[in-house]
Amino acid sequence: MSKTETFKWNRKHLLGLMELSRQEIEYILDTAEGFREISTRSIKKAPPLRGKVVVNLFFEDSTRTRNSFTLAAERLSADVMQFSTKFSSVSKGETLLDTAKNLEAMGIDIVVIRHSAGGTAKLLSRTLNCAVVNAGDGYGEHPTQGLLDAFTIRQIKGSLEGLEVAIVGDIAHSRVARSNIWALTKLGANVTLVGPPTLMPPAVKQLPVKVSYSLDDVIDKVDVVNMLRIQFERLGSNPFPSIREYSHYFGLTLDRMKKAKPDIIVMHPGPINRGVEMESEVADGKNSVILKQVENGLAVRMAVLYLVNQASQELRNK
Amino acid sequence: MKILLDAAQISNSLEYLAQCIAGAAGTGSDIGIIGIRSRGEILAQRVTKILAQKISKDVPCGTLDITLYRDDLNSPAGQEIPQVRSTEITFDISDKIIFLIDDVLYTGRSVRAALDALMDLGRPRAIRLAVLVERSGREYPIQADYVACSAKVDEGQFVQVKVVEVDGIDEVVVE
Repeated sequence: MSKTETFKWNRKHLLGLMELSRQEIEYILDTAEGFREISTRSIKKAPPLRGKVVVNLFFEDSTRTRNSFTLAAERLSADVMQFSTKFSSVSKGETLLDTAKNLEAMGIDIVVIRHSAGGTAKLLSRTLNCAVVNAGDGYGEHPTQGLLDAFTIRQIKGSLEGLEVAIVGDIAHSRVARSNIWALTKLGANVTLVGPPTLMPPAVKQLPVKVSYSLDDVIDKVDVVNMLRIQFERLGSNPFPSIREYSHYFGLTLDRMKKAKPDIIVMHPGPINRGVEMESEVADGKNSVILKQVENGLAVRMAVLYLVNQASQELRNK
Repeated sequence: MKILLDAAQISNSLEYLAQCIAGAAGTGSDIGIIGIRSRGEILAQRVTKILAQKISKDVPCGTLDITLYRDDLNSPAGQEIPQVRSTEITFDISDKIIFLIDDVLYTGRSVRAALDALMDLGRPRAIRLAVLVERSGREYPIQADYVACSAKVDEGQFVQVKVVEVDGIDEVVVE
């Protein structure tokens, strides 16, 4: 699986997947393949980021992504600094850029940033000298999630070429959906967005996807179904009458699974609202790869940290 | 460009290395063969096949990717860093005599990286180094235990090992 051997990675930041070429995405996935083995050893560590400092700059809550980035950085021997708004001078009114610049003055090499405002990672990449990795920016992108989803599908199906993928639920508020759309379509999959019209992004026509307002219409045709979380914390108005009604039309139930292809892949970026997006029996069922996604996330993030560090090292040496 | 070894000579060389390993391993000891990616991987697989016939028993063979252990990863003196690929060693190296196989022993830096990478996988009883070609230019104090071909190569010249599986031909050339 190494068509990308002659390719050279030269991006110091990973801000989103929209700007990446197919080759760049494949290069990250191929590299991640090489990092998977480290987590199977009894000594789960390799030295490429020895002496480097990675900061997790998280302005939003997170368990999976933050822990995954922490573990990924530690497995590559980096020192990791944790930053969360609750225990920092942000609560005293310090601005984002001041916070970041102060951290950089301590000599950090990679910033992993999550923020509720879209474009934050890009802003930091223009301001700081260190490498910047986007761990989710508002409704923008969540590139490592898109990569790990693509990685997981590729691992099971061998390739994404020609696969039918449905992304279901709260598309409008989902950076996961956006990063998935770019990763999957660039790798050759056909993506259908499924959800109520109120949860579709306004500019959906400009995306390289099909749209359906009925899960029942598409469930029997797809190879992969990626169920998004209803982001209760971001829903301003009432986009659907009730949670029960939402899960009635868009929840992945055992009944709907009976209509699906027997080898359909069921994905969810987590955290799951059990009983809302999908029934527990489906989340824990034989088609579910939810925990595999988490496992692969580690290898993908190791690859990303390694690659941006390599690129920024080379730029510095020039 | 000068041809150092042709296909027949490579074949004889690998036969010789397998013979050395068979002799060193004796009958009772637990051994494993590990090739350094990328050419060492192919050579290790071939040596393992010959060795298995010689001693009439299967010998575990694995591949080591040393990219993450290179000493020039974060150094300005670094060359082009190849893509990270997987280390594929499915057996436990602890308490085994490991025969590390590489195509060319030159600066000694790859072998240094390989030794570090092996340390992260376990504690072998011993590690022996077998190479197809050895040339001058060592930068680290590392020597091979078994050498099939000792080449006189001038500084600035480059020894390239080509194998059928990857390059379509078996030969070793000096450029």
